[in-house]
Amino acid sequence: MSLAFEPSKWWPAPLLPRGDGRDLSLIFVVAALSFLAGIAAIAGLAGDRAAGGWRSELAGSATVIVYAQGTETPDAVAARAADAVSGVKGVAEAQALEASKANALIAPYWKGAIPADLPVPRLVTVELDPNAPASGADLERALKAKGVDAEVDDHSRWTADIMRAGAMARGLAFALFTLLLTVLGAVIAFATRQGLAARHDLVEALHLVGATDGAIARLFQARFARSAAQAGLLGALLAVAAAAALKESGVDQGLTALLPIAWTDLAAPAPFPLLGALIAAVTARLTAMAALGKAP
Amino acid sequence: MRYGREPEVLKDISFSLPRGSFHFLTGASGSGKSTLLKLIYLAERSSRGRIEIFGQDLALLKRKDRPMMRRRIGVVFQEFRLLDHLSVFDNAALAPRIAGKKPAAYRADVADLLGWVGLGERMHAMPEALSGGEKQRLAIARAVIHRPDILLADEPTGNVDEAMALRILRLFMELNRVGTTLLIASHDTELIARSGMPALRLEEGRLAPVIGLTADFMP
Repeated sequence: MSLAFEPSKWWPAPLLPRGDGRDLSLIFVVAALSFLAGIAAIAGLAGDRAAGGWRSELAGSATVIVYAQGTETPDAVAARAADAVSGVKGVAEAQALEASKANALIAPYWKGAIPADLPVPRLVTVELDPNAPASGADLERALKAKGVDAEVDDHSRWTADIMRAGAMARGLAFALFTLLLTVLGAVIAFATRQGLAARHDLVEALHLVGATDGAIARLFQARFARSAAQAGLLGALLAVAAAAALKESGVDQGLTALLPIAWTDLAAPAPFPLLGALIAAVTARLTAMAALGKAP
Repeated sequence: MRYGREPEVLKDISFSLPRGSFHFLTGASGSGKSTLLKLIYLAERSSRGRIEIFGQDLALLKRKDRPMMRRRIGVVFQEFRLLDHLSVFDNAALAPRIAGKKPAAYRADVADLLGWVGLGERMHAMPEALSGGEKQRLAIARAVIHRPDILLADEPTGNVDEAMALRILRLFMELNRVGTTLLIASHDTELIARSGMPALRLEEGRLAPVIGLTADFMP
């Protein structure tokens, strides 16, 4: 057996022993964190897209509520209102809603048939130029100039709410993401301290043969960076698979308005292995250097 | 030197080892031999007093300079402190590897030294497969592979037979001949006598006068 060993072919073995059960536990925890961070990132992007979509839909249109006065019929006033706003700069199209459609809007809230003499306001739907939309004030001025008694709802109240909700969703996703990264750092710091304690014999032997703190810290840094990269990749792949399954399963149809996942969103967890490795390397180094600095 | 609130282990010790000298360190168990060696190889900090090595006051030595100082010191531990996950060859090659040398620069030296201490056929083995004597020889090989300026050894012949003890003594004397300063803690009075080298004797933490030991002048 001994003859098989050729000193001339010898190459140094890793100074830090290969992984054991502790490494597997760490990989599981980091993979779970990476999975959650991946889901948070994808959900954040999809939520942001949903809010943006809703906002542009609402901001791209306005509704004019027309009140008939005097002898003029509601249909005639509505037609005049549509004519008045269609000439405003920033309006792509204005259309008076037929009486039947206006009635249909309130039908769900009315018990039985809607009486013919019920003064249902006429509505004018206004499609705005998406590049340079007219403001509610522009429309009100045009209606006033034509002597039309009307109210303009430019949906700004809803838009602000949606923007606020979108910002909150983004903020929540970012906070969750940051929290997960912080937890990752804490887990790595704990694992590094455990590793240093478990390998006290190795650390001491290396110190005594003249290894610098930096060189010893580098061993743990490399070990944890590699583990975090592997676990980060595993978690990211699981997050992508889960999101893709959600999108493909048809549940996505029901979620379209709420969480419209795009295929491009699935790339969001791509940097996680690198990011995880970076955080693990920095945390492991700082933790190891601090601990080694206390040695004689 | 004291550990925490315990009584002082070493008290009022003052001695100097000239460069290239060879001394044994004797004394009963608990007399402070290991502690004294630990202070010299920078594994402990003295609670008072001054220690100078290679003209450097250890109290003033910056942390970043300690590794370079340690690379000039070889240590053979009483309990070997081999790294169980590394082969005999890897263990013996630790010091030059840590010093940043390329494997090609020290492979042959490691193989030669392992052959010399009788481990030429065990280079691939893992420490757990070695006998106590083999572990001791490996620990010695690891300590001397980088030809340290000073070699400290704590009972280096405690686990080997007489023939191997003499062989180790010859290795130490050879190292001493090429300029290495040696301080060997040992209970082996016969070996000390055979070496003809002076001994420092610790008694209850205090250093007895340096004596040139002979066979009939043993403690």
